[in-house]
Amino acid sequence: MSESPKGNIVVVEDEEQIRRLVTIILEGEQFNVFAAENGKRGLVEIGTRKPEIAIVDLGLPDMSGVELIKEVRTWSSIPIIVLSARSNEHDKVSALDAGADDYITKPFGSEELLARIRAHLRRHHSVQQSNSQSSITFGNITVDFVKRQVYRDGQPVSLTPIEYRLMTVLLRSAGCVLTQRHLLKEVWGPSYIEHTHYLRIYMGHLRNKLEEDPAQPKHFLTEIAVGYRLVL
Amino acid sequence: MNKSPVRPNPDQLLKQLDLENQKSLRGKLKIFFGSSAGVGKTCAMLNAAHTLHKEHVHVLVGVIETHGRSETALRAQGLPSLPLKEILYRGKKLKEFDIDEALRSHPTVILVDELAHSNVEGSRHKKRWQDVEELLSSGIDVYTTVNVQHIESLNDIVAQITGVKVQETIPDSVFDLADEVVLIDLPPEELLQRLDEGRIYIPEQAQKASKHFFRKGNLIALRELALRRTADRVDAQMQEYRQDQAIQHVWQANERILVGIGPSKAFESLIRTAARLAQNMKADWLVVYVETPALQNISMASRKQITELLRLAQSLGATTANLSGDSVTHKLVEYAQSHNVSRIVIGKPTRSILSRFFHPSVSDELAKVVSDIDVHIVMRGREKAVKGSKARPGLDMRAHFSDEKKKGYVWALIISAITSLVASVLLPYFELANIIMLYLLGVMLISIRYGRGPGIASSFLSVSIFDFFFVPPRFSFTVADTQYLLTFAIMLSVALVISNLTSSLRKQAIVANYRERRSLALYEVGKELASALTTGHIVEVSTHHVAKIFNSKVAILTPDANEQLEVAQTNESSNAALQETTLLDVDLGIAQWTYDRQQQSGLGTDTLPSSKILYIPLKAPMRTRGVLAISPENNHDIYLPEHRQLLDTFASQIGLALERKHYVEIARDAVISMETERLRNSLLSAISHDLRTPLTSIIATTEQLKETISARTHAFKMLTGLHDQAIRMQNLVLNLLDMARLQSGTVKLNSEWHLLEEIVGSAINGLQTTLQQHRVVVTPMEDIPLLYVDAILIERVLSNLLDNACKYSDAGTTITISAKQQGGQVSVTFSDEGQGLPPGMETSIFQKFTRGKTESTIPGVGLGLSICKAIIEAHGGKIWADKNEKNGTTFTFTLPVKTPPTVSEMEI
Repeated sequence: MSESPKGNIVVVEDEEQIRRLVTIILEGEQFNVFAAENGKRGLVEIGTRKPEIAIVDLGLPDMSGVELIKEVRTWSSIPIIVLSARSNEHDKVSALDAGADDYITKPFGSEELLARIRAHLRRHHSVQQSNSQSSITFGNITVDFVKRQVYRDGQPVSLTPIEYRLMTVLLRSAGCVLTQRHLLKEVWGPSYIEHTHYLRIYMGHLRNKLEEDPAQPKHFLTEIAVGYRLVL
Repeated sequence: MNKSPVRPNPDQLLKQLDLENQKSLRGKLKIFFGSSAGVGKTCAMLNAAHTLHKEHVHVLVGVIETHGRSETALRAQGLPSLPLKEILYRGKKLKEFDIDEALRSHPTVILVDELAHSNVEGSRHKKRWQDVEELLSSGIDVYTTVNVQHIESLNDIVAQITGVKVQETIPDSVFDLADEVVLIDLPPEELLQRLDEGRIYIPEQAQKASKHFFRKGNLIALRELALRRTADRVDAQMQEYRQDQAIQHVWQANERILVGIGPSKAFESLIRTAARLAQNMKADWLVVYVETPALQNISMASRKQITELLRLAQSLGATTANLSGDSVTHKLVEYAQSHNVSRIVIGKPTRSILSRFFHPSVSDELAKVVSDIDVHIVMRGREKAVKGSKARPGLDMRAHFSDEKKKGYVWALIISAITSLVASVLLPYFELANIIMLYLLGVMLISIRYGRGPGIASSFLSVSIFDFFFVPPRFSFTVADTQYLLTFAIMLSVALVISNLTSSLRKQAIVANYRERRSLALYEVGKELASALTTGHIVEVSTHHVAKIFNSKVAILTPDANEQLEVAQTNESSNAALQETTLLDVDLGIAQWTYDRQQQSGLGTDTLPSSKILYIPLKAPMRTRGVLAISPENNHDIYLPEHRQLLDTFASQIGLALERKHYVEIARDAVISMETERLRNSLLSAISHDLRTPLTSIIATTEQLKETISARTHAFKMLTGLHDQAIRMQNLVLNLLDMARLQSGTVKLNSEWHLLEEIVGSAINGLQTTLQQHRVVVTPMEDIPLLYVDAILIERVLSNLLDNACKYSDAGTTITISAKQQGGQVSVTFSDEGQGLPPGMETSIFQKFTRGKTESTIPGVGLGLSICKAIIEAHGGKIWADKNEKNGTTFTFTLPVKTPPTVSEMEI
């Protein structure tokens, strides 16, 4: 089956070098790549090619990446990965808030890019297949949605209602980067979106209860100044 | 008779509070008050001082006037006293109270005799009460003595009673604002007895005094005045007390009295009357002088009179204003209405009823116009003939045009002669009625050119000549036909009317011209100041204009960064014309005083009046911006009210211009720093973008290529090398950009509350590939509180330290990260098992481009640690390195702990 393509990917990137590079990397993995050099062309490609995933650069010549993401999100739920420069945490957050699933910082390695793409494809498929799982297991942790109970190494762990809710929100979008704003709104409510210290404290609780080494977490990862990501 | 509930006026209460505050900071003034010399004021004061001295209060005798009385001098003994200062005045050495020394020794209480005393010229203040004012405001209590005849508002009454006018007076406000007044009372009989015994004056003086001043009648009257004035004060205190305690059955609307004055000595008594009226009514009072076009031509003496009158009014506690308008009446009413005045006080007209019928006086007009304001008409004192003042002083133009006028009369003669000559030629051909017209033409020409006097002269001359030469019988003044008498009368009145009309037209033209010159000067200065952008330019423009208009030398002083004044430099100091008008011998001390107090000083003011230079603060809306020093060639140039007004206007214009320049500079600096910031940011982002894009390509491409070829080939090794170098370069770019950002001087921390654990985790996660060969141990950090830091920057610190630890320690060794809280700080330590720092490098390692070993195979340029240092210091922490006991290095940094926000235990 090595000849049959894995699916379509649309790359929207104005920088020719990066565009060519991403195309080469992805074609090496048997994806059909459709590259667009501006936002308008990108929207057309995403609309017509039915891609599995879209990779979008934030600085486009005709429109901002954030606008493009908002537009796509009105009619599609495909995973979107954003390419951004390192120091622009603010741009990352606004792209994620607009509906992007993940970001990758330039300069990036091919391994990193491919790993992200694989993770999002897997998640996207699993969500589509089984939306109503009664339990989920990752690492040494099992979450039973029916009993609302969490187990670590088979032993029940007692979580407060807020901790449990925080975890389910993270689980629902596992693999995606969730912004602080998004988490605060979902777990505590819209009036708490400025109270980032709540999030820090409760994430600390979760890591202490569920991670082996809270300072070197395997699942509850921190994206500094952006948000959190739960890796299964 | 209680009306609706009355409520203390808040403004008044605030004012009172303010006054009380001022009072408590100031020293207290105690006045020993008597009806005449010799009642024992000085003795009473000295007795009080002795009592204080016994109680160990720091009492100092500032000055005591013994008048040669041994009794007084004896009593002053035993008290510490201040030596008098010797001032050289007109070759004589005069002794005067030494205010500087008094301020320096700063006693609790100081005795200063004879408050109304005038200081010798060359002292700091004109009057002793001004010295006392300064002592009080520096917090020293003052005991002093005053005689009733020295109180300004009673001055003329005393003069009427005794026939002796005292020149030395104190303003009523000084007396009224005294904290305590002790009345020293002595019956006239006893006083006279003391005089006889020689206890007041030395015998020969006493003889003289008893004839003039010390008559029993005088003494009784003076005693009554003193008692009454004290009673008034007690009454005022009573009222104040009632206000304080909000006992207020009678709380009328505040009365306000407006006094209109003119340029005549007679108005002095009007002002004094108004002062007494205002005091009895506890009313504010305003004194205004309305300058009409006609009044602009009055003589110098009259002008000085006005300045003096206004100054008198000020010293009696009035607010004064100089208004200008077309009609005195209308301006007065307008001003009264806009200032909520309830009473207008004016002088009784001095002219006859007949002349008032043609030119109604202000009082007549006021009576007609005003309906809701009381008009008080007060008898003026007899007008002593001030030179040049008339009933209508505005008509006095002699001073200005006397030369012109003499010429005018000559011309009136000549014109009449020419007219007669022409008329005699024309007589055979024309009727006599037409000849009259010729004469009228002559009268008109003379009036236009030379004004009223020659016009009137020419009218009479014309009629006489006409009668003599042309009316039959010719060459005689007799008239044959009586109907010519009517002709004469009409001819004369027409000629008079014409000459009157034309001359007043001419005068108005002159006045308009003068006004135009004034406004033109203001306009020009305003225009040039508006376009001036630097202090130098402003100074140049103002110096030039002010010097020209006031015919004086001028300097402008501006404050430096320490609020010390210095003479502002102009742009072109070589400009000779400017050099000439620039004042060089400015006294910086006086100027500084003026600037600090925001009060005019020097020439013609209350402070240091004997100086040759007038110092005016340049006030602007926000603050005082400097001082204008002006030294006129002729003092009159700045004494005149309208000149003074013009000068004040100039001063405020210059102040405004300086303030504008100040804000322009601030705005420009802000724009420059914004622009610099913007430029740096765009440069940085451009560099980072242009360097990163190719680096990304190189790194990703080499990774991709390595996937495709076998690991054993030569090409693979080359690719690995290429990849490593690219990563190295990428790190270098990152570090350089960080450094550039931190170096810009304005590190903006984007701080939030963070868990240290999270940042450590994120840093380790980011360096996974580098850390593959090492073991990282993180001790539990549950006890560490939330830290208020910029997480991205702290992550850079952690990454750099981790990277460093990896680079300088062998594969397989352990890196330990631990944190603990100590007092108000959290300290974080990084310990490796590497080679350790070369000895002595513990501090220099944090400097830019410094590495442990200069020539090393380990990549890096030595920026990492200096970046760490900059970041940690921006957070208010410290970073240092220690050599481990066994091997390796420990890096420690501290971060301050702040109080984290509370978390409500909200569990749903």
